[in-house]
Amino acid sequence: MADGRRAVIAGVATSDYPNLPDMSEYQVHAQAAERALADAGLTFDDIDGYATVGFFPMYAVQLSEYLRLQPHWFDETNFGGASFEVLVEHAARAVEAGACDTVLVTYGSVQLSAMGRRLGTGGRGPAPSGPAAFDQLWGNTLVGSYALAARRHMHEFGTTSEQLAEIAVTMRTHAAFNPHAQYRDPITVHDVLGSRMIAEPLHMLDCCVISDGGGACVVTTEERARDLPKPPIHVLGAAHAMTHHMNVSAMPDMTVTAAARSGPLAFAHAGLTPADVDTAQLYDSFTITVLLTLEDLGFCGKGEGGAFVEGGRLRFDGALPTNTDGGGLSACHPGMRGMFLIVEAVRQLRGEAGATQVPDAKVAVAHGTGGMLSTGATLLLGTERP
Amino acid sequence: MSEPAKPPRPRPVPVPDPETAPYWDAANEGRLLLQRCTRHGHRQLYPRPHCVVCRGPVEWEEASGRATVYSFTVIRQNMVRPFRDLLPYVVALVDLEEGPRLMTNIVDCEPDDVAVGAPVRVRFDEVTEGVRLPFFLLAGS
Ligand SMILES: [Zn+2]
Repeated sequence: MADGRRAVIAGVATSDYPNLPDMSEYQVHAQAAERALADAGLTFDDIDGYATVGFFPMYAVQLSEYLRLQPHWFDETNFGGASFEVLVEHAARAVEAGACDTVLVTYGSVQLSAMGRRLGTGGRGPAPSGPAAFDQLWGNTLVGSYALAARRHMHEFGTTSEQLAEIAVTMRTHAAFNPHAQYRDPITVHDVLGSRMIAEPLHMLDCCVISDGGGACVVTTEERARDLPKPPIHVLGAAHAMTHHMNVSAMPDMTVTAAARSGPLAFAHAGLTPADVDTAQLYDSFTITVLLTLEDLGFCGKGEGGAFVEGGRLRFDGALPTNTDGGGLSACHPGMRGMFLIVEAVRQLRGEAGATQVPDAKVAVAHGTGGMLSTGATLLLGTERP
Repeated sequence: MSEPAKPPRPRPVPVPDPETAPYWDAANEGRLLLQRCTRHGHRQLYPRPHCVVCRGPVEWEEASGRATVYSFTVIRQNMVRPFRDLLPYVVALVDLEEGPRLMTNIVDCEPDDVAVGAPVRVRFDEVTEGVRLPFFLLAGS
């Protein structure tokens, strides 16, 4: 590719969150878009590519109309909670290939206000038919699917509820520094273990919050970014993979996620290893999601995640600062959290992360997980060009 | 005057399609079917047109109904009827001795008695008139 066509992230923003009773889902997209464009020093007129995903088909077209965009490049690849890492990967490739110059990627959700505050244990789906029927007859829930993975990991590797709780405690420590976070009061391992059991072995505090909110980012060329106010963040590597759709009975090994394929591909693409990563922003729908992702991305060996997360290693002042905004476990989880991971990774790399800033952060990983532990998408971002 | 109790909502039942009907029809007759690759013997569920390993032809075969628990969870919160009236209950993934993994409920047991690796056996219970589903019991119970 020509030098000038390296893709960079030039702007990021979150919308207001976590509770937006007076906003529509579309307004959340618009607010995030306006802020990300302002952050990038660009306007809607600069946008010739657009990507988003929601629960309905032709969503990117719908939002383009709403935002009054006329892009000639679109993407709405649905990879569940991992979608936004995929959309940024695709946007970067499109920009580098010359299909378009500047892509806006937005996310918006008001699921908390729409549903009222309740735990996302999953509702009644469509009539059970086809392959889906095999898993839809038994009263399993979203939490239950992740609980099945946690139980199996405990059985194979001796992982404990205390170790999973450490992850929730660390996220809450970070959330205490985030004025927007949904929950900010400190918690202890004892609090997590004492919280209501939802699906054994996962307690209420092993589960993400349910929020309103959104975010956006702007992907453009390195050349274009030279004139823009913020330091460009390079897309160093990206890959995505899946293990199954919504039937966890079809997941070959419940202790190995799609990150075991997307991670090595993304690191190889970037010419980096996990040891090069200064901060990790990992999808934390549940505590077990983080633990499995750490193993599968190669930060520790398979089965070693329990010991790895002990001793504050994931804290902002630990060896691998993780989810430094408080994560989905404490700060904000509007349903598909992947955009928040990208925004926080970029803020860390720019030195804009405030009290949980990782000193001299040069490489960040953002990894989304979607479905019932079904999909994984890894983005490696950095301050220096590859 | 108290409200009359709502009638219990029936459990969800499978909606068979041409590909899955043999499996659900057999369940209604108390038989657990799986697909066997006629080329190399691999067993699989849910049904597909071909063996997922070698793409060879497959045929239906009756399973023994014996399995072991791969993983399980005790569901303690579910707002969806009828399951909210059944709390707590055990959702499990069980590995049939022939190989395929199924999701099911392990029934007629104390949730605390279920363990990963525990042997289980199938029992077909009627959930709606004419519809039986493959539940599992702890072996020896
Ligand atoms: Zn075969």
